[in-house]
Amino acid sequence: MISFLFVLTAAVFLTGIINRTRALLSGRKGVRLFQHLYNVRLLLSKGAVYSPVTGALFRAVPAVCLAASVTAALLVPMGPYPALLHFEGDMVAFAYLLALSRAALILGALDTGSSFEGMGASREALYGALIEPGLFFFFGTLALMTGHTSFTSVFGALGAGTPEMVVVTVLLAYILVKVVLVEGGRIPVDDPRTHLELTMVHEVMELDYGGVDLGLLTVGSWIKTASLATVAAGTIASVFGQGGASALTVCALVAAVGVIVGTVESFRARNRLNRNATYIVTVSALALFAFLLVYVLSLNLNIE
Amino acid sequence: MDWYVTKNIRRAVPTEEIPCWPYARFYTETTEKLIEGERYHCALYFGVPAADGRGLIFYVLLADDATGEVLLASWKYGYYDEEEVPSLTARFPAMHPFEREITEQFGIRFSGHPFDKPLRFAQDRADRGLTLNNYPFWRADDPSLHEVNVGPIHAGIIEPGVFRFVCNGERIVHLEIVLGFQHRGVERLMRETGNRLRQTTLAETIAGDSAVSHAAAFCQVAEGFAGWRCGALDAERAVAAEMERMAMHMADTGALCMDTGYQLGQVACEALRTMTINTTQRWCGNRFGKGLIRPFGTRFPLTPEKRELMAGNVTDIRRRYEEAGQDIFTSPSVLARFEDCGTVTRQQMIRIGAVGMAARSAGLKRDVRYTHPYGAYAETVEHNPVVLEQGDVMARAMLRYREALQSADSVLALLGREPETDLPEPDFGRRWPGNALSFVLTEGWRGEICHAAVTGPDGEVLAYKIKDPSLHNWYALSLAVRGAGISDFPVCNKSFDLSYCGHDL
Repeated sequence: MISFLFVLTAAVFLTGIINRTRALLSGRKGVRLFQHLYNVRLLLSKGAVYSPVTGALFRAVPAVCLAASVTAALLVPMGPYPALLHFEGDMVAFAYLLALSRAALILGALDTGSSFEGMGASREALYGALIEPGLFFFFGTLALMTGHTSFTSVFGALGAGTPEMVVVTVLLAYILVKVVLVEGGRIPVDDPRTHLELTMVHEVMELDYGGVDLGLLTVGSWIKTASLATVAAGTIASVFGQGGASALTVCALVAAVGVIVGTVESFRARNRLNRNATYIVTVSALALFAFLLVYVLSLNLNIE
Repeated sequence: MDWYVTKNIRRAVPTEEIPCWPYARFYTETTEKLIEGERYHCALYFGVPAADGRGLIFYVLLADDATGEVLLASWKYGYYDEEEVPSLTARFPAMHPFEREITEQFGIRFSGHPFDKPLRFAQDRADRGLTLNNYPFWRADDPSLHEVNVGPIHAGIIEPGVFRFVCNGERIVHLEIVLGFQHRGVERLMRETGNRLRQTTLAETIAGDSAVSHAAAFCQVAEGFAGWRCGALDAERAVAAEMERMAMHMADTGALCMDTGYQLGQVACEALRTMTINTTQRWCGNRFGKGLIRPFGTRFPLTPEKRELMAGNVTDIRRRYEEAGQDIFTSPSVLARFEDCGTVTRQQMIRIGAVGMAARSAGLKRDVRYTHPYGAYAETVEHNPVVLEQGDVMARAMLRYREALQSADSVLALLGREPETDLPEPDFGRRWPGNALSFVLTEGWRGEICHAAVTGPDGEVLAYKIKDPSLHNWYALSLAVRGAGISDFPVCNKSFDLSYCGHDL
């Protein structure tokens, strides 16, 4: 239960940390830390307006996205605390819950018939397809290292602390931070701040949603980002503590993910769209490399 | 009679001295000039109802970049004439906005016109049946192509305009731009009021980001009718124009960074732009220089205290902008977005008659301050334009950077001169002479601005014509994005930063 609550808290803080980092790095005071919560409260207090060309599918999407993100968050452990829901193979369930949320959003976007949303959906589908192998190599690597396929048991079993494992874990955390950038629709893959429909990826699919629906989608994407950040933090934290990381380390590392995202967004421009595919494939290739590395190591190392 | 040849100086040209040819000769003579390509471009081509009310007279102003001369001629379309006349656009695409405007305003058809579509959806257009719903967009019947319509209402705070893309997946095959939503009838308002102050303030609103340049153009037209000039006043106007150029180039550098998601460059440039326009505000009370430029004089002479303050600010801005630019143009992620994006070749720029910084970014040395020097540029400041060859977004961004620094240097040089003690007060009372034409070419931050006024027998204004450089350069945007990714359109658009209302008038 604690880990689930932690993911929800992280979801609330992470956006604030990213915004604050960006503001400070650009020499501004920035909005208050929880401004995004006020914005969402405003959205949630509004009704919804639907385009007459959309159907039931379009209306169901926000609920599906939020439900998928929350369910995925249930599977994420936090440091010493096990996930609320854990079973062998929950890593696969986690990946496909994220994919479900993405698929729902794509279908909803296509349902509007808008040319912008069609383009956004096609981009999102491409990036989703390219990042998925990366995610699975990442999970595969964890499974190979520990012999488990559940986050809770994986993080419990990690932390052998051998130098080789530290290298691999750092690599894995690096990969997962990049996955956060891709999945969260942040710079350099996507620009959450842009008002230019033609360049949007994630935002454009939300263009036809307003009020409470937009609020649900926003909260869903926070939870998704927070879940991934917690997994990344858990991976790297497990190296530090013997037999499981301390809760404090995980907290600090999740905050660090926010700072990293904010810093990346401040100091570099977005990719040209046709280079995003290369960027994402690189992330997946790194994950494959990590997987092979662990496989080779496992031939020599004492891994059960 | 041959071409009437004059220079870009303030003087009233008697209309009877301008040759009035039959259309056939007009066509041949104009063709002979325009066929040289780079040397001549059409600065203005417009119709005026004849003073006797019988027929229309069409004046053309050709700018000769080699000699700094301006060539004037006209042709008459009689009261009973009905036939179509051969289109110049068919041979010289650069003529398209002018001929389309003439068709729209007077209903005269040009045979063989390849792009015979309305230029603006003005209320006083000849064909009232046309609306956006039945606008004859180019269509794509190929099933592998799809159309994307953007506008006329956009996200953000930009002006209205329709961009119709024909795309193959993410790649743009063709972009068609439809404007006119900002039409306010500025030319008619300018023509109908005899109130010089109102005309000046109207000129300031032609394009809000070029308030100084357009107001100065109007004032020079008014002063041209009187053959009046004042060197010290010209120097102060040049300071104002260069401050405007600095501010807009910095704003656009920042906006380019914003469109590529590069926050650091964006905030640095936005701050500097604010400093620049605030300096203008310290001078005249308005950040955009409204109220500063008035005919025959000024209410805000540059006192020694103001000169010192402005020189201090500009020095500081220049230093900081140079630092910001060095950071922006050495960031690999920014260069990856700017370089080789939205390229327009030199040949294309010549064909479409591009002017100003868009032309200079593609190796075309077209700068009124250099080719047709006027005011302070003819006397005190020797201007040497920055010309880059690549014609891509990078070239346009770099051109802005270097021109802004150059402008800062010009401002500092002008401010360093001995201040003039007695500058005249503005004079709104002078009458314009009869049967005369006064024109002026100036270089706004976008490029060549041309204003011209034609008066009737009693000095009444028959036509007041305004040309913002955007009129030519919008087509460059269409060419720039051809074959590019549709997601690169915003950054290409911003690299030109053309005016909607300057085009729509």
